[in-house]
Amino acid sequence: MSAVVDTHGHGHEHGDHHGGYSGLMRWVTTTNHKDIGTMYLWFSFIMFMVGGVMALVIRAELFSPGLQIVNPDFFNQMTTMHGLIMVFGAIMPAFVGFANWLIPMQIGAPDMAFARMNNWSFWILPFAGALLIISFFTPGGAPGVGWTLYAPLTVQMGIGMDLTIFAVHLLGMSSIMGSINIVTTILNMRAPGMTLMRMPLFCWTWLITGYLLIAVMPVLAGAVTMTLTDRHFGTAFFNAAGGGDPVLYQHIFWFFGHPEVYIIALPAFGVVSQIIPAFSRKPLFGYASMVYATAGIAILSFIVWAHHMYTVGMPVTGQLFFMYATTLIAIPTGVKVFNWVATMWKGSLTFETPMLFAAGFLFLFTLGGFTGLVLSLVPIDIQLHDTYYVVAHFHYVMVAGALFAAFGGVYFWLPKWTGRMYDETLGKWHFWLTMIFFNVTFFVQHFSGLAGMPRRIPDYPLMFETWNKVSSIGAFGFGISQLLFLYVVLKCIRSGAKAPEKPWEGADSLEWTHLPTPAPYHTFETQPDLR
Amino acid sequence: MAQGATTPRQHYYVPQPMYWPVLGSASLFLMMLGGVFVMNASAGGWVSIAAGFMLILYMMFRWFGDVIGESEGGKYHGWEDVSFRWGMSWFIFSEVMFFAAFFGALFYIRVLSVPDLSSLEHNELLWPGFKGTWPSAGPGFEEKFSPMGAWGLPAINTALLLTSGVTVTIAHWALKEGKRGMLNLFLFLTIALGVLFLGVQAYEYGHAYADLNLKLTTGAYGSTFFMLTGFHGFHVTVGAIMLAVIFARCVKGHFKPDHHFAFEGVAWYWHFVDVVWLGLFIFVYWL
Repeated sequence: MSAVVDTHGHGHEHGDHHGGYSGLMRWVTTTNHKDIGTMYLWFSFIMFMVGGVMALVIRAELFSPGLQIVNPDFFNQMTTMHGLIMVFGAIMPAFVGFANWLIPMQIGAPDMAFARMNNWSFWILPFAGALLIISFFTPGGAPGVGWTLYAPLTVQMGIGMDLTIFAVHLLGMSSIMGSINIVTTILNMRAPGMTLMRMPLFCWTWLITGYLLIAVMPVLAGAVTMTLTDRHFGTAFFNAAGGGDPVLYQHIFWFFGHPEVYIIALPAFGVVSQIIPAFSRKPLFGYASMVYATAGIAILSFIVWAHHMYTVGMPVTGQLFFMYATTLIAIPTGVKVFNWVATMWKGSLTFETPMLFAAGFLFLFTLGGFTGLVLSLVPIDIQLHDTYYVVAHFHYVMVAGALFAAFGGVYFWLPKWTGRMYDETLGKWHFWLTMIFFNVTFFVQHFSGLAGMPRRIPDYPLMFETWNKVSSIGAFGFGISQLLFLYVVLKCIRSGAKAPEKPWEGADSLEWTHLPTPAPYHTFETQPDLR
Repeated sequence: MAQGATTPRQHYYVPQPMYWPVLGSASLFLMMLGGVFVMNASAGGWVSIAAGFMLILYMMFRWFGDVIGESEGGKYHGWEDVSFRWGMSWFIFSEVMFFAAFFGALFYIRVLSVPDLSSLEHNELLWPGFKGTWPSAGPGFEEKFSPMGAWGLPAINTALLLTSGVTVTIAHWALKEGKRGMLNLFLFLTIALGVLFLGVQAYEYGHAYADLNLKLTTGAYGSTFFMLTGFHGFHVTVGAIMLAVIFARCVKGHFKPDHHFAFEGVAWYWHFVDVVWLGLFIFVYWL
């Protein structure tokens, strides 16, 4: 190996120096992937709290039939912003945070391929968040159109809609730059001997997620741009009188929207695929098939979008095509689930908090997958479209899937990030509270949905009262339990016990085997030779 | 190309902390906020847009200046070069997908929504007599308009842009052969052809508005025509500015026969706008 040659500025090479700036300016100007990863994760948590409060407003209103706390307009604004903030502000940035922290360490790279652009990807986000929040204070308030921003309602909204459209543009730019960075890093920065098929599965899932993001975020940008010109410049994309069609918006949106589901799910699969082998003390079962299954899910995700639109009026041939294509996704997903179970089979299992969250993920995500299969069938979906059954389904995938994996990942890598252990007892408390309250909140929504309760409506008939009360109680329990998570993380950072060099004996990727704990500010400035 | 993933490599250049990204975010924020104000006829929008625009120009000068300085200072080697290649390729792919959204809208409108509006039930209940043939501004559009023909100015524009693709390739060949005079000449020709294209396009827009009664508000035809050609024109403008920067650098003597990715990246981008134009010419103007 050739030695590191100092070809650039001062104080950047060794130890804990972080360039020229200190204090807040260190974070604003940083080009270090670990700093940027940390910022992504904290931003994500703050947005998780903001979106969570909105969810609690929704659940408080739905505690009883009738209108009592908020007016219907504000209720609509809450459902819209809850969705947008959770998807674009909380879950996606959380996994980009993991990617920033882990991918360079897992492939033996000195940093991300484009360190400055990495900074920009992050620092666009707070400004996009600001645009969304400002929309609440404009005449007419934030848009109350649902997170999918369907035309023609979006064409009729007030100023808040324009702010939201530009926020979506900014979020898209951030995602595209972040993904180009991640994909390039994985393709070009691997250490000698770190072949693609030796990469940890987390890197594989992000390689494919990055590709999906680069492919579909521009399509979303196109969709909201058409909305903007329809609103202000007299175009007729979504106006039937001008030859356009509101359904056109739905097609373009879901061409983005369905891959988006896997953009959120695949990195979660990656995190779980790191955790389960570590606590089973066995290598991941069926690594190659996991890679192919991930790629298969990504390819299929481009040809299933209209299963979100079975009820808008589509030829039966179209419905059948999208139904069959959608059910096909169960195959690669099933491969993954069985591989995770097979990894645990006859392993020496222990259930520390990360593993608890991974096991919870496995159980609940599979349930969410099954309800997805139910909804993929046209005859059933026509009954269940826009009911709480759909709400229950995607919260099983988004919360019990993506969020559980993110929690598991935080507990798993906190020792590597901070050099300290989290409080195992409190971590377990956090898991069980989250697990129980999650199911109290969302399992019962299957029942109200099957009984016909529509989503996005602030009022409901008396017959739905019981399950809504249960769900609201669960939601508040879930929300409060997340404060415990904040406490556990802060306690770990401030006064956690010193972590051993390798706290998880079964973990075998480079960040555990080749780097000290905590990971130094700069890692792998000279690449490890893994041949 | 650089060493593969199986040979040990040298140092990868990781840049210093800097302010340019956050400045870029702030300027985008200002421009977007200003845009919202302008579109909703609130005061102060243009001021915000202007401030954001000045800020982002400054940011780009400084950021690109840093990168050019690093490149000329010999900080980039084969390994960084591969990153730039991947990065530019994926960026162009994202641009392709952006245009795909608008082409998708065009195909959907032509194949599905306009014919569907002339279907039996629409004819009986909503819009009697609507034929549903393309070009169409939709059943609710009352005024007469003429669509843009393909074989006048658009055909000339096709020739201009395709020629500019040839000239930029000749310039690249000259750069690799070390023939600097020829490089500068053909790069200049490429920019001139691009600017000429934009001029013809602007003239064509004036013609559409003045003589054909073809406007952005002319239903589905006007929407798809102006949005597709407009975004393409915007990309040609960006490409021409990029070529101009590269030209200035060539005149200053930057780039070596074996080290000139900035040139190649811009050439790729130029070929990309070329290909998009071919799609436009076929599906928007011709068929």
